[in-house]
Amino acid sequence: MQDFIDNLIRSWGHDPAAWPWTQFLYLAFMGAAAFIVVNFAAISAGIFSWAERRVAARMQSRVGPNRVGPFGFLQWVADAVKLLLKEDLVPAEADAVLFRAAPYFMMVGFACVFVCLPFSHKLIVADLNIGIFYILAVTALIVVGIIMSGWSSNSKWSLFGAIRSAAQIISYEIPAGMALMIPVLLAGTLSTQGIIRAQGGWPWQWFIFDNPAAFAAFFIYFISALAEGNRTPFDLPEAESELVSGYNTEYSGMRFSYFFLVEWGNMWVMSAIATTMFLGGWQLPGLSPARFDALTGGVAVIAEIASLALFAFKTLFFVFVVMWLRWTLPRIRVDQMMNMCWKYLVPASFAGALFVAAWMLLVHEAPWLGQAMRFALTAIAAVTVAAFALRTLKNLRDTGDKFDFTSNW
Amino acid sequence: MAEAVLFYLFAAGVLAGGSQVVLRRNPIYGAVSLVGCFFFLAGIYVLLSAHLIAILQVLVYAGAVMVLFVFVIMLLNLKEEELGELRFTFWKVVGLVAVLATAAVIAWRALGPAYPSTGPARDNAILLAAEGFGGVKAVGRTLYLAAVLPFELTSLLLLVAIVAAVVVAKGKI
Repeated sequence: MQDFIDNLIRSWGHDPAAWPWTQFLYLAFMGAAAFIVVNFAAISAGIFSWAERRVAARMQSRVGPNRVGPFGFLQWVADAVKLLLKEDLVPAEADAVLFRAAPYFMMVGFACVFVCLPFSHKLIVADLNIGIFYILAVTALIVVGIIMSGWSSNSKWSLFGAIRSAAQIISYEIPAGMALMIPVLLAGTLSTQGIIRAQGGWPWQWFIFDNPAAFAAFFIYFISALAEGNRTPFDLPEAESELVSGYNTEYSGMRFSYFFLVEWGNMWVMSAIATTMFLGGWQLPGLSPARFDALTGGVAVIAEIASLALFAFKTLFFVFVVMWLRWTLPRIRVDQMMNMCWKYLVPASFAGALFVAAWMLLVHEAPWLGQAMRFALTAIAAVTVAAFALRTLKNLRDTGDKFDFTSNW
Repeated sequence: MAEAVLFYLFAAGVLAGGSQVVLRRNPIYGAVSLVGCFFFLAGIYVLLSAHLIAILQVLVYAGAVMVLFVFVIMLLNLKEEELGELRFTFWKVVGLVAVLATAAVIAWRALGPAYPSTGPARDNAILLAAEGFGGVKAVGRTLYLAAVLPFELTSLLLLVAIVAAVVVAKGKI
């Protein structure tokens, strides 16, 4: 973004280094970027709340919210207005200061992530050279918010939810971090844009298909991200059947809506990280980053919009997968959750990192091996997806779709 | 100009957070203040263009503080009445004197000519900052080339601590 502002100042006929207003312009642009990004986060979280309910309804052969606006699309606006108008209750025995502060900690930890999340070839708030590391670090604030809310509510349900959440997130941070280190190893940089640039537009140039360990790392990351985001099958901190609603039991009104805003907004964050690290991000097939940079005029604008659309498509697909999992898998038990992390995911992610380091040395000696492995893994994935699609079509043909598409839309 | 404003902002945050850690009687508030203190400290590291250290600060200590939280809640979940009356003991006076003495020494050094704002040392620092000082590569090179022995010994120390924790926590293995 700094380059963009510098160029803007130069186009006005000033030297950015000497012009006295440069820093104020930086500040103004930072404020504008923060405003846009936080609104994007909030609005996408709202839309996901509607989408999740529609998807859930479809999977359970129900109708879902369909009254406000076309297909019930404006339901999230109605819900937000309702929550904002509700009374902001603080329980009498609660620790009022921490109780009030906790949602803001979560909101800050969530909003800070968007600084380093890319949206397209040029659209990113700040391309830090420690990008992905920064994202891992600031998300820790969310847990601080969760555990503060759980403790300060002075309620058993909230406290158990918070303790479970802390245990879960501290545990799953390790495999998630190690799995993300594998694309970092392959790209040789921590910057999110740098990692995307090290990949390519075609699937076989993505890091997920680079080698078997990277393929496994993608799934390790995805499982860990589900656990860190408290999503099913790891939604133990807010298990309704055991803990009422977990750490946010005592909250109401706007503060309650913050918790859910973070939970739904996190779906975009985890999917965007997966897209960035493993799935080629905004890279367009057949257009290398160097040639992308060189484009000018109308073609550059079209390519930019195409890259934005491609990134959004990949990310939204994984948002859908997260919803899909929620309505497919049952919640696992606490001990199973811990076993899965410490006995399987942690050793697997460490072994994967070692394997990738060795693999990179090997490929450096024999480049054809790397190419062959990429094509083989892509072919295996393509065959699996095709088999899955055929199987689904066959099931649909055999049983028929019982959903009533004609009424109540 | 902007840097100076940010520095005083972050420094005030560190001092406020740090003093709250010591002065608050409720350990939960102490832990929350510690989080704030670490975040402001990370801000100061960023101003010193030590970006990697700033992020490590947040990453490592925010996790550590979370564990601290859990310990505080599970081991000494204190109510206000259990904390007892505020007492004024000899050791608190000693602590106060130590704090004031340390602050005085630092202020004396900082206000004195120890850190010149011009000259070769400063020029060298600016040159280093331009070459990616404080980034992943620079810290990594220093850590794995110049300071590899202390680094490996530290990791060995951590391994000993982990083994000890397992032995203490699990009597029969």
